[in-house]
This record gives sequence, structure tokens and C-alpha cells, in this order.
Amino acid sequence: MTDYNYAPEQVEIREAALKFAKNEMLPRAGEFDQKQELPLEILTKAWELGLVNTCIPTEYGGAGFSTLDAVIISESLAYGCMGMNTAIMANDLALLPIALFGSDEQKKRFLTPFTESYKIASFCLTEPEQGSDAASIKTTLKKDGDDYILNGQKMWITNAGYADLFVVYATIDPSLKHKGITACVVEKGTKGIEIGKAEHKMGHRCSDTRAMNFNNVRIPAENILMKAGSGWEIAKKTLDHSRPLVAASALGGAQCAFDHAIKYAKERKQFGKPLAKHQAIQFMLADMAIKLENSRNLVHKAAWLLDEGKENTKIASFAKAYAADSCMEITTDAVQIFGGYGYSVEYPVEKLMRDAKLIQIYEGTSQIQRLIIAREILN
Amino acid sequence: MSKILVFSELAGEHVKTVTMEILGKMDGLHADVAVVGDLPQAALDDLAKYGAQNIHCLKGDNLEKYSPEGYAAALKTLIDEHGYDYVFAGSTSMGKDLLPRVAGMCDAGMATEVTNFTMDGGTFAGTRPFFAGKCLAKVEVQGPKPHFVTVRPNALGLNDSTTAGAGTKSEVAVSTGDLKAIIKEIVKGASNKLDLTEANIIVSGGRALKSAENFKILDEMANVLGATVGASRAAVDSGYATHDMQVGQTGKTVAPTLYIACGISGAIQHLAGMRTSKVIVAINTDPDAPIFTKADYGIVGDLFQIVPLLTEEFKKVL
Amino acid sequence: MNIFVCVKQVPDTETKVVPTGDGSYIETNSIKWILNPYDEFAVEQALQVKAANSGSTITVVRVGGVKDTEALRTAMAMGADEAILIEAGDNVDSYMTAKAIKGAIEKSGKNPDLILTGKQAIDDDCLQVPQLLAQMLGMPSVSVVVGFEQDGDGYVLKREIEGGTIEVYSANSPAVVACNKGLNTPRYPSLPGIIKAKRKPMEKWTLSDVGVADSDRRVNYSNFQLPPEKPPGKKFEAMDEGVQASVVSEVVNLLRTEAKVI
Repeated sequence: MTDYNYAPEQVEIREAALKFAKNEMLPRAGEFDQKQELPLEILTKAWELGLVNTCIPTEYGGAGFSTLDAVIISESLAYGCMGMNTAIMANDLALLPIALFGSDEQKKRFLTPFTESYKIASFCLTEPEQGSDAASIKTTLKKDGDDYILNGQKMWITNAGYADLFVVYATIDPSLKHKGITACVVEKGTKGIEIGKAEHKMGHRCSDTRAMNFNNVRIPAENILMKAGSGWEIAKKTLDHSRPLVAASALGGAQCAFDHAIKYAKERKQFGKPLAKHQAIQFMLADMAIKLENSRNLVHKAAWLLDEGKENTKIASFAKAYAADSCMEITTDAVQIFGGYGYSVEYPVEKLMRDAKLIQIYEGTSQIQRLIIAREILN
Repeated sequence: MSKILVFSELAGEHVKTVTMEILGKMDGLHADVAVVGDLPQAALDDLAKYGAQNIHCLKGDNLEKYSPEGYAAALKTLIDEHGYDYVFAGSTSMGKDLLPRVAGMCDAGMATEVTNFTMDGGTFAGTRPFFAGKCLAKVEVQGPKPHFVTVRPNALGLNDSTTAGAGTKSEVAVSTGDLKAIIKEIVKGASNKLDLTEANIIVSGGRALKSAENFKILDEMANVLGATVGASRAAVDSGYATHDMQVGQTGKTVAPTLYIACGISGAIQHLAGMRTSKVIVAINTDPDAPIFTKADYGIVGDLFQIVPLLTEEFKKVL
Repeated sequence: MNIFVCVKQVPDTETKVVPTGDGSYIETNSIKWILNPYDEFAVEQALQVKAANSGSTITVVRVGGVKDTEALRTAMAMGADEAILIEAGDNVDSYMTAKAIKGAIEKSGKNPDLILTGKQAIDDDCLQVPQLLAQMLGMPSVSVVVGFEQDGDGYVLKREIEGGTIEVYSANSPAVVACNKGLNTPRYPSLPGIIKAKRKPMEKWTLSDVGVADSDRRVNYSNFQLPPEKPPGKKFEAMDEGVQASVVSEVVNLLRTEAKVI
């Protein structure tokens, strides 16, 4: 039977990350949400403490965290702010393809600098016309001598305005469908990169989200990950790793909303007794607690399977769909428990509800997760 | 019968009130007082009134300014000469720093910052707070004598029915030896008010004050009341107030007769630091703020409206 | 330099304290233990002194229960080099603690150049160990320190007293310095620091290993109990501007006639 205890160093990692989240992120989450500004100072501090780029192996300067360690960190940071954690996770999403599939030379060249100073990375898959249907992307990579030429448009790219490095998915031939998809590394400042203006969003407003254009961007062959045509496999495996992280982020946000709701329910009195003494509220709190525990167990199992070297696609989708949907429900109920105050920006829960919505959408919508699950269980 | 020495500090022409509070509790026991340096007549009268028998003025080199080593050596000389069973002091900055050092010299035990005590049969038994007042415990000292005790200012109160003592003043020449740490400069604090730990009235502000400038409305009320201004940890962490103003478990534990909490919600760690205040007034917009559970008088209202009105009202009656 | 930092492990400040049935102490089963907040300033100061004096070693010493070694691990994750745990119950008094630390320092074989502590532990709030330890070791001590500078072979230390007044001390080395909030901003333990801390050496000694016996007890604590609850006070509704003046006047009147505090 599985041991449900964290290892002693995981307890400490969790405490350190949570302390940072509560002291440095949480008190300023509302401010950066309103300003719609990337909190570079906080992110740099998080990097200094080793909370960013958890996927980089020790050989290339990383801390060598397990996936379970990484989800513990992701949950803790999301407790402070889901939006800031999006900016942090986007680095992992972009660096994971390199960490998992890059050559030794590519890892040294691209990963090690991220361990030497705080740098930002972007994962570029989605396009204006292709969201969930990622196999039919239109961005093209055409061979030109020893190089490739990249052309196309990308949409909703997290960190785009600040990134030092982009991992871009493109096709060498749209007619090959997913067999033509290729992942390449594009460095900041390469000629032909055009970055759009920051999007105004409902939630995760402190994270930077933009459209991008690639106009005849020249990519040297040594920047192609694995070989041309292996991008689909890279993306799939990357998402197996990143979905537990994203699910953990939903969990952290939900836990934060739950803690606010519990505190408020104990303090706020109506009809002569605290909200927490009213059965209607007790039922809501109990349901929130069940969802949190289930989310956490799924997140941990999805991460543990990877650490055991086992296939986790189905469980990772369970975790992503369940934790994201639960986060939406829990944050919505937290607003409900706060009543009128919950709807006011003076109180922290409405932001959590806005932030929750995005987690049901990005990195595979809750519906796509169910399609993956159906495919897995029907196969 | 137990022989008791009370170490006392001067505050202007008088000794600090805590000395009289301690003497008042010694009714009927032989209690002497030690001070460093000269003692003004007014202070001497106070001490005699509250029951002091012999008053020793310690004099010698290296005693112009406080130093833990110098003052400790001086007290040790006096203790050795008279064979005291107990040495008391107020739990002031100096008392807290000095007494453990003297206790160490005597290989003796010490009870810190008691809020009440008895001397039944000449034996000390005290009550003292733990976890900044979240709970209380009984404290007893054993082993070599004398036993040392510091007492929290304002906790005992002044005992009116004390029998007067002889109040005989004498000078005691002491030698301190070389000092390894000395004061080379004293920088006066901006405030000429009593310290929070000694203040009779405290006006305290929380995060709801919204800025350091807004603390001036508390200053105005404090000036009318002769109060000291304190702050919650939230206000200190937000930079509205300095740390020496912080009341609570990681700040100062206070016991004034009147504590006025303005815009403080009442986190556990704040309540721990001020719950033993005799009378608590709380002002908060949130009717369910935990501070109201500890308040004798709660005003549900906006501090920016209530505090100026209170200040005006206090002006009228004081 | 050999820098020693004395730390204590205390219940988190948010802990709800519940005395045990027999009043011998408090329930400790579900307590979250933390490094005493004032000790964080001591650890940070040690790290800054070490940074300014290459080749220095920071040894953290703790006397207390062994269930959990949170405080020592936190200090090492922040950057301290090694740790000594003197295994004792939760029930040792200040005198035994100071004597145990003295014994541990001597047993370590290192001559201390500087001993840092927090100004007090937030569980028993005794404020005795720094001064007792200094006396036992024949060193000067300065407590409630909010400013620290090295000055040749010694230290210039700012001690905060009543009313925010500062006493500036010149102290010889070695000295015991008890640190207060405001002295510095303690760093967070970094995640690589946490991983590295696992491999740092931790000595575990008993009280008798460091020369402390039961007969060294000087203080007994008993009858732990919650403070008496106050009866509920009077609450006045004054959100409405129309009633504010009368509420304020009534409260001031009550303070004079009922509570008699002004």
C-alpha cells in the first residue's frame, strides 16, 4: 500500500514554498491583479529561493526535484497567487520539452542559463484558429539549406513579452497532420519575431499573455528538438508532466479559497450565530473539503506515477479535469459564503473565482481531458 | 523570616512605580531597597511610605551608566553582605537584562515577569504568563538563595493599606572590576512617553489605519490621555508603525489600565499581548471582529470618524 | 570565526494553547513547531558575520525535545554549517538550558568568538538564557539588540530600551548578543538549502553528556491554565453618523463612572 506521508524534506519544501507564498505573493496578489503587471521582483525572489524551473536536472544546474516535489511546490505557490504561479509554471512548460527530449548540448545551452539568473520562457502551441485541435496547427517550418524558416501566428502565449526563449511547435507539412509537427527553440531577439500587445483578461491578470507572429524567422537545425516530425510526441509527453503541475495549481488556489471561507464562516455571525454553525454552510464547507482531498490525491498519484516511470496519461487528465473543475466550484462557493463581501474586490475570494476559470481552459480544457480519459478507458 | 531586597530604578524625582507595587505586596516582611547612585528625597519618601526598611544607594566606579556586568557586580556585593533570601525587580528593560546575570553569579534560579505572587510563610510562589498570556502557570524557585523575581509593571497595582517602613538611607561602596561591554552613547527615542510595557493607557492602531501618516489621529488622542501609542503586527509589517510599537506575541506584552484598540481585528497573537489590560475599548467596522470578544466597550464604527470624536470628548472631561 | 547561535523550537504563534488535564504543561500533540521568531534574526546575523569573515563556521545549538528537529533544520537550511541538539524534555528551565549550552560549546572544542541568540523565546518568555550563559562563560552580554557592527576585535551593538531609546554598547569579543526584530531581515531557507541541510552534521548529546543533572533545576512550573475569560462587554453600533456623537459620549462616561479608568 502507498505511504501517504511526505518525506521529511518534502515537508520542509512545502513549508518553505508556502511561507514564501503567504508572505511575499498573497499580500500583493490583489495589487498586481489590478495593475495587470507581471511582478518581476517577486518572481525573481522566488527564483532565488529555487522555486522556479523545478524540471531542470542536477547535471544542468537544477535542484533535481521529483515530479512529486514539483507539484508540492506548485500547489504552495498557487496558494499565494494562481496568476503568478502561471508565470512560474510557464517556464516549466517551455523547458520540459528540452529537459525531456533535448540533446546534452541543447540542455547545456538552453537550460543551464536558467539556473544562473532569473530568465523567462514561453511555450508556443496554440494558434488563433487552433486551440484544442492542436494537431492541425498552421505555423510552418521550411527547410532552407542547413536551417529552417519559421512562419505563422501563435495565440495566448504566456510570458511572451518577457521571454528569453520560446519553444515553438510548427509543422514541416500540414498534410502530415500530427506526424509533421516539430518542436524548435527560438531565442529572444531572433529577427522576424513580432510580439503583440498584452491581452486584457478576466483572471491571471498579473501574468503576461500575448499573440505572436513569426515572419521568416531563421532557426538553425541544432535548435530542433529530437528530429523534425517528433513534435507531437514531445508535446504529449510534456503535457503528461505539466498537467499534474497545473492541477496542483488549481488545488493551491482552491485551498486558499477554502481557508478564507473557513475563517470567514467562523467569524461572521448571522441570525445570532457564526455562519459555520449553520447547516447550509456546513454542507458547503464539507463538499469543498471532499473536493480538495480528492484533488490532492489525484495530483499526487499523477506525479507519483511519473516518478515511478509509469504511464500517467489517464490519471494526469483525471487530476487536471477534477482539480480544475473543483477549483471553480470551491472558489464559487467561497464567494457565496462571503455573500456581498465576496463579490467585492476588497475581499480576496472574487479574484480566486476569476483565476479558477482559466485553469478549466488552458493546457487542455476540462472537455479535452474527458476526451483523453474516454480514449484511454475505451482503448 | 525572609529578607527581601527590591532593586529599584529612578524615573525623574521618583522611583518607578513597579517598585512600590512590589513593596506593597511585602506587607509585614522585611524589605530593603537598592538603587544605583543618589536617591532624591521624594523617592525616599515614597519608598518609606510603601514599607522599605533600609535603602542602599550603591556607589562606585563604572556605575555612571548601566552595564549588566557593573550593576550585577554591585548588587552581588550587597547581596553577599546582607544574605538576602529574595531579590525582586520590575520587569523593565534593565530588570530583565540585569537580574538573570546576578542570578547566574549566585548560581540561583529566577522567575521572570510574574503578574502576581504570594509570600506565604516567607516563601515565594508566583503566577506568570506563558505564550504571551495565552495561558498562566504557577512558578516556584528552588536551589541556592537568593531567589530572583521580576514583576510585570502595572500587574499588581498599588496597595493603599501598606505599613510604612523605616526608610533608612545608607551609601554602599561597591567595586565592579573591569567591564567587557560598556555604553558609549545613548540615543533618546523620539517619544518622551512611557514605554508600552509601563504605560497606564495605550492607544493602539491596526492595518485599518492605512498609512503611517494616519497614526497622527491616534497621537492626538494619546496626547489628551497621556497615553502611549502602540500598533498591531499587521500595521508594523505594513510599515505604518515601528517595531518598538508592536503589541503582541512577537512584540510587547502589555497590561495597562486602559487599552484602546483602533481598527485592530484581534489576531490571536495580538490578543495574547494585551488581554490582561484592565479595561479594553475596541473600535472596528466589522461587528464580528475577534477583538470585540475581549473588549469591555466595543464601538462598531469607522475609526476615522470615531477617534476624532473620542479625542474631543476626552478633552471635555479631562 | 567560530559563531554559535542558540535556538529554540517553539509552537507557532497561531497555536491555540490548551493546558494538559493535570496542568503540568500544554498539549503538544498537534502543535506545529517553528524556529523561535527572534532566533531567525540571530541566524541571519550569524550568516552576515560569516559572509564578512571568510572561513567562519556557524554552529547552531538547541536544548529541547527530540520529536522534531524543525528549528535546527530551518537554521541549517538558511545556511548554518552544523548543529548540536541536546536532548531534553520540554520542561528544562533557563538555568539548565544555559548550563547545557555552555557544556555543549566546551564539548564541541571550538572557542567561540561570538554567541548569538534571540532576545527571548516566545513560549516561556523568560529572557534569561543569554545573560546566564554570558555570566557562566565570563563574557559580556548585550540584549534586545537592533544594531550590530564589528569594530576591530569587538562589536558595536545597539540595544533598544523603553520608549525606543537606544543604548550603544562597545563590547569585547567574545560576547553574547541577544537579537531583536529590526536588526535585519532574515532570509528564507532556499529549496537547495533545505536539500543541503539534510547532509549537514548534527550532533546529538544528552543533558548528562554536557554536564547537566536534575539537581541543576532552579525553577518549577505547574498548574498551567487558561486565563479567566472576561464577561462579555458592551457593544455599541456606530456606523451611522447620526448616533456617533452620543455613543462616544456614553463610552467616555462609562470609562469614568463605571470602569473608573480615566
